[in-house]
Amino acid sequence: MITITVNGQRHDLDADPNMPLLWAIRDILGLTGTKYGCGAAQCGACTVHLNGEAVRSCVTKVSRAAGQQIVTIEGLSANNNHPLQRAWNELNVPQCGYCQSGQLMSAAVLLRENPNPTDQDIDDAMSGNICRCGTYQRIRAAIHKAAELQSAGAKL
Amino acid sequence: MKKIIYLGIVLFSVSLMVLSFRTDSANRKELAAPAKDSVGSVKAFMSVYKVLMSPRCMNCHPSGDVPLQGEDSHLHTMNVKRGVDGHGLYAARCSNCHQPANTPGVHMPPGNPKWALPPAKMPMVFQGRTPRQLALQLLDPKQNGGRTKAQLIDHMAKDDLVGWAWHPGDGRKLPPVNRAALVAQVRLWIAKGAYAPAAKAK
Repeated sequence: MITITVNGQRHDLDADPNMPLLWAIRDILGLTGTKYGCGAAQCGACTVHLNGEAVRSCVTKVSRAAGQQIVTIEGLSANNNHPLQRAWNELNVPQCGYCQSGQLMSAAVLLRENPNPTDQDIDDAMSGNICRCGTYQRIRAAIHKAAELQSAGAKL
Repeated sequence: MKKIIYLGIVLFSVSLMVLSFRTDSANRKELAAPAKDSVGSVKAFMSVYKVLMSPRCMNCHPSGDVPLQGEDSHLHTMNVKRGVDGHGLYAARCSNCHQPANTPGVHMPPGNPKWALPPAKMPMVFQGRTPRQLALQLLDPKQNGGRTKAQLIDHMAKDDLVGWAWHPGDGRKLPPVNRAALVAQVRLWIAKGAYAPAAKAK
């Protein structure tokens, strides 16, 4: 049995320690917001937070998550009101949407560590998340928008 | 009588000669310690240089802020960068993809618990270094992470991340010699005087 905490909830998983975390999240826990894109850590669609760090769950073993805190896209906020989610909605960022949970999870780490990112910072943080539909311009704009919302929210 | 005296002198002389051949343990130690030998030292270093400039070592000792990948040492994809501490930036930190062990399969991320580049303030660049430059850099505590010669040998011999080079995961070539041979050449280089090759050496 491997115990992991996902979105604040403890789960005892009957899983092989070598199972990719992505499988545990999707197939055992039924949290399907996190996507399988490549299985090789090359697209970022599987990005979740492990103790606050953006890890690629397709190559992260469930054993690495044992006793740790995982946050998936479903847990990014209680009411879809994270500044990034609000910005994403305002600017209609997604097209097909498949990459977007990974995009948001990576952007969330950026905004937490750098509340006012430059375009270079966005390049540095987000280049590992690829989008076949090419929504990159809207992703960039939405990150800037989210930074404004976050800053405004902090001032209230 | 004369013959007896003569024989006695000969025997005494021969005894003295035989006794002089004996080497005691003090002499043996002196003979075992290698004398400074610039030619031998440089020869040993050139073997070390070939290993350190091979992809399994050089790829994580790049001249810029981007790690290198592959047998051709191209720039790591996905715009990943060194960052201040050598562990990457934001959602592209090394351990975000690189696990504590190699992920099985060709082109899957290699792994080690210490996976990272040297930090920005002590980049310990190998890429682009001539043999002379690298030798001098390795010997300089201001450029080699503050290491003494003994610690340098220790790093080559025992460091876990250095050791990854000989267990690099699927599809990656090993360095030109095994680890024991590398360490032996490092020891020899230093024992023979830690000479740096001439400026024109390649």
